[in-house]
Amino acid sequence: MPFHQPHLLGIEPLHPVEITTLLDLADTYAERNRKGLPGGDALRGLTQVNMFFEPSTRTQSSFEIAGKKLGAEVMNMGIAASSVKKGETLIDTALTLNAMRPDLLVVRHPMSGAVDLLAQKLQNCAVLNAGDGRHEHPTQALLDALTIRRAKGRLHRLSIAICGDIAHSRVARSNILLLHKMENRIRLVAPPTLMPPGIDAFGCEVFHDMEEGLQGVDVVMMLRLQRERMDGGFVPSEREYFHRYGLDAEKLGHAAPDAIVMHPGPMNRGVEIDGTIADDINRSVIQTQVEMGVAVRMAAMDLLAQNLRATRGRAALGEEV
Amino acid sequence: MTTLIHNVILIDPEAGTETPGALVLRDGAIAERLPAAPESLERFAEVVDGGGRHLAPGIVDWGVKVSEPGERHKESFRTAGLSAAAGGVTTIVTRPDTAPAIDTPEILEFVARRAAQDSPVRVLPMAALTKGREGREMTEIAFLRDAGAVAFTDGDRVVEDTRVFGRALTYAKGLGALVVSHVQDPGLSRGAVMTSGKFASLRGLPAVSPMAERLGLERDLALAEMTGARLHADQVTTAAALPALARAKAQGLDVTAGVSVHHLTLNDFDVGDYRTFFKLVPPLRQEEDREAAVEALASGLIDVLCSMHTPQDEESKRLPFEAAAPGAVGLETLLPAALRLVHGGRIGLPQLFRALSLNPSRRLGLPTGRLVVGAPADLVLFDLHAPFVLDRWKMRSKSKNTPFDGARLQGRVRGTWVAGHRVWEG
Repeated sequence: MPFHQPHLLGIEPLHPVEITTLLDLADTYAERNRKGLPGGDALRGLTQVNMFFEPSTRTQSSFEIAGKKLGAEVMNMGIAASSVKKGETLIDTALTLNAMRPDLLVVRHPMSGAVDLLAQKLQNCAVLNAGDGRHEHPTQALLDALTIRRAKGRLHRLSIAICGDIAHSRVARSNILLLHKMENRIRLVAPPTLMPPGIDAFGCEVFHDMEEGLQGVDVVMMLRLQRERMDGGFVPSEREYFHRYGLDAEKLGHAAPDAIVMHPGPMNRGVEIDGTIADDINRSVIQTQVEMGVAVRMAAMDLLAQNLRATRGRAALGEEV
Repeated sequence: MTTLIHNVILIDPEAGTETPGALVLRDGAIAERLPAAPESLERFAEVVDGGGRHLAPGIVDWGVKVSEPGERHKESFRTAGLSAAAGGVTTIVTRPDTAPAIDTPEILEFVARRAAQDSPVRVLPMAALTKGREGREMTEIAFLRDAGAVAFTDGDRVVEDTRVFGRALTYAKGLGALVVSHVQDPGLSRGAVMTSGKFASLRGLPAVSPMAERLGLERDLALAEMTGARLHADQVTTAAALPALARAKAQGLDVTAGVSVHHLTLNDFDVGDYRTFFKLVPPLRQEEDREAAVEALASGLIDVLCSMHTPQDEESKRLPFEAAAPGAVGLETLLPAALRLVHGGRIGLPQLFRALSLNPSRRLGLPTGRLVVGAPADLVLFDLHAPFVLDRWKMRSKSKNTPFDGARLQGRVRGTWVAGHRVWEG
């Protein structure tokens, strides 16, 4: 089986074949979901724990629905009310979890690398990264990839613009890694204060002018700009940002005529994206992204569960794992 | 007692030579320096055959954190001293960034007493420059100096208020006291745990431009020029900062600079998958900066090479990278790591020991660091070529946070003498 990962910690360790495998499976789940068919029982008998150290509505519920559709027992750990607030370290949390023996662990954490650390300390459990600091958000990149593949019919040799707060975005990092692995042309558009240093070394073209950056692209991927970064810290004001980097009909006119518009949500209408574009069913695939999110997470957990069961099977037979 | 160490290659950093010879030690000092062992060995109470290995002045490691008072579970004077002896370090110059900070003569006396009781090597304390290292009011510099403080520093905390720092420098100048500053722009480096660049961007870690070091250095050099004070920059690690240092020295300012061995032998890529043992202050630099710093050490622009020994227990390191405590232990690995530069042909042994022993001694006004008759018999005997793989659990330091765990190193310390007494045999 061409998917060999014990965890899904990021896009970085994935091989293009693994990405394709995952997307192919997600495609079938998307179709089943659309037809209202049951998801199956890939996770039957397994316990899925969602542990969010950072508030999240859409990602957490997407993982929850995905797990339930595949028959997992899903539990959400409310971290805000938990022992982390009492000073428990991440390692102790991991040890506590170990003792509870979850099968799938979905983690979001505000610090880069924290999910990797947790995965190192957990045994006999597949860990899915639901976002760690500014590092990676692999399922978001995968659902974006599936959305692009379905809309464009392919996931290679496309020109894709990623626009907005790239410096603070894990979504941008995972997308850059994935789209690069699949051999696309990536253009990054942001004010210099929101562009991470050395990013051109990743094989991206860097633009500070939106109209130039969008020239002829097939996909426009907008990123969320957090409001606290707009008060003069990174950009002078909301209105100046919208004027220069907000996606409106005029700027979108520079993209290819059939270009699609994406946004990982939640959107700030009138800040990074004009409401009419977000709602334009001919251009915007934002709702499809949410739909694909469930399918991609079903596929990811299905594949990881298969690997987990295989590893356990080998262990039961006394083979070395 | 008279000791003869013969059949060794003497590394003389002052003369810049490596010559076969022998040393006679008497009353804690070097009594004779001979081209070879004398024919009759009867007059010596002890004779050490060096087996053709290298003998150099003992290392003076400037900027060691011994976690007393406050965090003795991380390091004590006993374990730091043993670790130093095993690493060929004969004098440790300690940092005042303890809890509480060493900012009064009373605390300094406590430290000096603990050190004298427990450490097999010499311990010279530095004291805080401002009370509580808070950057607001200067400490009792004269009292602290009289109690034995060899230099004044707030450790890795920058005195942000230039007026406070300027006045402290002026006051220190009046006493001839040496001030050690951490050269870093506090605004740019706030919250940063890496050097900015493609690797920090890939890992998504908050990062600081290497230019922050130049800003900090330029500021401190300007204040040194303004006040005429004696200033030592603790760690200069970036290419951008070096021209400023060269200019200040050419101008005749009384300034020197150091660098840690980690910044000469590791770069930002070594952080790998968020390995917190590689989280240092300042953060590890990109390869070009490392190269430039190695060159600056070889040319003598950077004067002092040290370990910046910073013990941290497992708890403070087993955290997400951003939350983990910074620093690495280095007393035991300073010499073998520095010898990587010798084996790589980047620096000669006499030059290396200028930076390890002679220059720090001179700058701190110590009689050590030399191989001349009358100098203290603080010596290190080492096998330049002996290879080994470092096992952190075998180190003598209480804390095991070394970035060299599992690293292949070449160069083992076989003997360490402090004031003529052998404190290590390996």
